[in-house]
Amino acid sequence: MTALTAVLIRDMRIAVRVGGGALMGVLFFLVVVTLVPFALGPDLALLKRIGPAVLWLAALLASLLALDRLFSADHDDGSLDLILMGRAPLELVIAMKGLAHWLTTGLPLIVAAPLIGLLLDLDAPAEAALALTLLAGTPALTFIGLIGAAIAVTLRRGGLLLAVLVLPLTVPVLIFGVAAANAAIAGPVPFGTPFTILCALTLASLVVGPFAAAAALRQEKE
Amino acid sequence: MAGVAGAPRSALRLIRAFGGLCQFGEDDHENVRCCATLRDSRISLMRLSAVGLACRRGGREVFAGIGFSVGAGEALIVSGRNGAGKSSLLRTVAGLLRAAEGRLTLDGGDPELSIAEQAHYLGHQDALKPSLSVAENLLFWAGFFGARPAAVDAPLGAVGLGALAGLPAAYLSAGQRRRLSLARLIAVPRPIWLLDEPMSTLDSAAQERLTGLMQAHLGSGGLILAATHGPIGLGTTQELRLDQSAGPTPSPEAYEGPS
Repeated sequence: MTALTAVLIRDMRIAVRVGGGALMGVLFFLVVVTLVPFALGPDLALLKRIGPAVLWLAALLASLLALDRLFSADHDDGSLDLILMGRAPLELVIAMKGLAHWLTTGLPLIVAAPLIGLLLDLDAPAEAALALTLLAGTPALTFIGLIGAAIAVTLRRGGLLLAVLVLPLTVPVLIFGVAAANAAIAGPVPFGTPFTILCALTLASLVVGPFAAAAALRQEKE
Repeated sequence: MAGVAGAPRSALRLIRAFGGLCQFGEDDHENVRCCATLRDSRISLMRLSAVGLACRRGGREVFAGIGFSVGAGEALIVSGRNGAGKSSLLRTVAGLLRAAEGRLTLDGGDPELSIAEQAHYLGHQDALKPSLSVAENLLFWAGFFGARPAAVDAPLGAVGLGALAGLPAAYLSAGQRRRLSLARLIAVPRPIWLLDEPMSTLDSAAQERLTGLMQAHLGSGGLILAATHGPIGLGTTQELRLDQSAGPTPSPEAYEGPS
């Protein structure tokens, strides 16, 4: 399907060029996580305990950064009109935009997470578990975010609105992501239980996100 | 509706149909559905017609009772004062606005595709990404609309941008952006051209070139709807004036912000 690969390639090109969201997201992630030890002081036991939660929160906020412009940039320059006139199903185009967003903002976070975990005194198995939960959970953040990004286009000037809409919906992902990471590090709960629920949340969002976002974008026709 | 040939194609159609269901029964293509005709009908038999078309935006009636009929090789010039609804009419035909009343039908053409899917829309915005180069911008739209990937050099040459292919679109002038946007229409053949003020920002040489492109499009059996104030240089054309049927001039209080 050449139309869909064209969308994927274009969005990834834009993200890695000057002014794109890819570098911004991972830098924001690094800055937030780096600030935490300065704020909390050099209490290694505390840092180790809250480390997974801090990394997950930072990943959530970082993936929200580039979402804001995901559809509104296309709306502002008229590209969205032409996308709506294409022969490729809108749902699949949106899924491709989500994939491009995850490849350029989610994936770099997962690569950076073990590195930054050192700052929070996480050991190797903990870092591996954390990276695995991020790998399983960040696609859900992107695809839930698609819905908010599409609604923000319809309502215009939705920068903050996006955060207000999307963040509550990501609470389950956050809960089970951090729970899985903690279970791998210390907890009495086996790692598999929260991790499987996290994977289920991601799979559900992969289906629901594009359809809901497409429905929101079609309301633009009013 | 789905044909025997092209299994992936019909699978995609199915997905789209499901997407339509998710809008709680509001079928936005209801008014913009092509008339199913013979599958093997030639492009020269195409006819785009509208009956009693009306458009409402923000509770205000923009136009009502619009009717026209444009056949293959014909051009319809839509004229009228500012705010008469020229752009809204083109956007309605392009499927980007829902018609409040009336019907749009397309005889001939591909019965499996909506009017919007067989049309090119050239709006006020150029749909270009400043960080991508001239060639990359065109390559994306050509790929998205299903043209062969190699086919961008000829369209760029046709609009006189061949020498700037590697330049980021951010450095283009307004007229050059317009020309790059026009190159899309040449790179991907679609029978219906919906042009909103196509001559704006173009210099006289580029205007002549555009007139030539439009004549070639009409000559090959395409049809054109163009909203314009000035002359467009085409020979025999129909004209649709939106002034007569329009309501009173909107008062300044009716301003509802940029669309």
